[in-house]
Amino acid sequence: MHSIPGRRLIMGLFLIFLLLPIYWLVNMSFKTNAEIVSTMTLWPHTPTLQHYRRIFTDESWYSGYINSLEYVVINTVISIAVALPAAYAFSRYRFLGDKHLFFWLLSNRMAPAAVYALPFFNLYSAIGLFDTPWAVALAHCIFNVPLAVWILEGFVSGVPREIDETAFLDGYSFPRFFIKILVPLIASGIGVAAFFCFMFSWVELLLARTLTSVQAKPIAAIMTRTVSAAGMDWGLLAAAGVLTIIPGALVIWFVRNYIARGFALGRV
Amino acid sequence: MDKTINQKAWFLVLPVFLVVAFSAVLPLMTVVNYSMQDTFGNNQFFWNGVGWFKELLDPSTDLGGRFLASLGRNLFFSAVILAIEVPLGIVVALSMPREGWTVAACLVILALPLLIPWNVVGTIWQIFGRPDIGLLGYVLNHLGFNYNYVSNEVDAWVTVIVMDVWHWTSLVALLCYAGLKSIPDAYYQAAQIDGASRWAVFKAIQLPKMNRVLLIAVLLRFMDSFMIYTEPFVVTGGGPGNSTTFVSIELVKIALGQFDLGKAAALSLVYNLIILIVCWVFYTVMTNAGSERPVKEGAA
Repeated sequence: MHSIPGRRLIMGLFLIFLLLPIYWLVNMSFKTNAEIVSTMTLWPHTPTLQHYRRIFTDESWYSGYINSLEYVVINTVISIAVALPAAYAFSRYRFLGDKHLFFWLLSNRMAPAAVYALPFFNLYSAIGLFDTPWAVALAHCIFNVPLAVWILEGFVSGVPREIDETAFLDGYSFPRFFIKILVPLIASGIGVAAFFCFMFSWVELLLARTLTSVQAKPIAAIMTRTVSAAGMDWGLLAAAGVLTIIPGALVIWFVRNYIARGFALGRV
Repeated sequence: MDKTINQKAWFLVLPVFLVVAFSAVLPLMTVVNYSMQDTFGNNQFFWNGVGWFKELLDPSTDLGGRFLASLGRNLFFSAVILAIEVPLGIVVALSMPREGWTVAACLVILALPLLIPWNVVGTIWQIFGRPDIGLLGYVLNHLGFNYNYVSNEVDAWVTVIVMDVWHWTSLVALLCYAGLKSIPDAYYQAAQIDGASRWAVFKAIQLPKMNRVLLIAVLLRFMDSFMIYTEPFVVTGGGPGNSTTFVSIELVKIALGQFDLGKAAALSLVYNLIILIVCWVFYTVMTNAGSERPVKEGAA
């Protein structure tokens, strides 16, 4: 009764549509450049690991992944740390300007990164953080902190208020209640929020590219280097692309049941 | 559940307020500052009042023409992808397997495009669509279509739209699936007893239950497609000509390419204002839908 006629076919076709371009990227990453430009082959006839080897041995390449991971992790930690108490406050209390504040947060999640590119460049240059992972991590807070607050607020609201009251009656101080009781109760929510902060920081390019030049350059910006006088190094570009998909693909399994909730800002 | 009034809650919110204020309010003030001034370099600024805004909203000037053209393109793009992604997302959600390991497998594959860095999404489609090395471009050209997204405007548009459908339809599908799962079996049983047709079940049970998530999906997709930058930038670079130059691409061109601070700032503010208005609608819809939740659960 839930389903529609031909659903297997529709689902199958759609999954093929999703996977085909990704397969093509993986396919390219295992081909030699000679094979890529000379013939059209559906699978690598002379499979090679040369592109991956180059990325893992050339520091200017693999440092890009380290730089990206660095700002993504800093950003996730900051976002979750500041969002947790705020989510509790929004879920449990009414206070002056709470609704306006909640809306203001959302409006920042929606703000176009392009608007902030230039002012961020000026701001972080002025305070000497330009070209450090901190600049990108703080810049990404503009959309990740609101996201974390919105997601966590949903999870905190799922915890019955009686638990707070009992804990306070038992003589728990607020910080102790927060760490010993609330955090373990919403551990899965924290995991989901962290995953989404990680992801949105990982997929963003415009701000990350604008705020770095040499030292903290993210992998996404390094990938643009594959254009050279000798033409595009397609194989290398494809291999670098495949490696950026892996972190998301690895952790997706753990949050598969919460994916919709995260993308809907905790409102499903 | 009534919330208690407690002004001390501000202390809990303060860290968030400070972090976001630092990365949102400070930069925005710079933008406001720039939007009122003109510069001839050397960090010398001149008061220009609302001059840039006048120019921006007047289609006969270069700036105004470019802004309105890119705004038009962007709205058209948003309309097209919504018209494709929403029905397709619903169909995919309805096609989800009911139980077993295939559910998890489908969820994971559906979510995969959402987790790929946006520039890599661009790269994937750049490689996939090229007539010489890409499967899609190669097949289309051998079927007799003269497909080339680098030189043909229509092909560039089709590529950008198909790419967005590929990238984001899963979001609509996942949200709808979450909505569908919340429908109790009793509803379906009742429909079966009444002898309701498949279409009637969809219209009377499934669609109303998906209302809330669909609204969220539509608004999120509108906002994100309205701000789209990286994917078309990587694939087409805004070309051929200016045919796929959306508002964000135009803005970055003016701000970081030409370093026209005043013009870029004025554009930013108008752009932000539009987003803010849509965002307000979004917020109202979400909070209203949220307040209906307990009632719905009680009825079920």
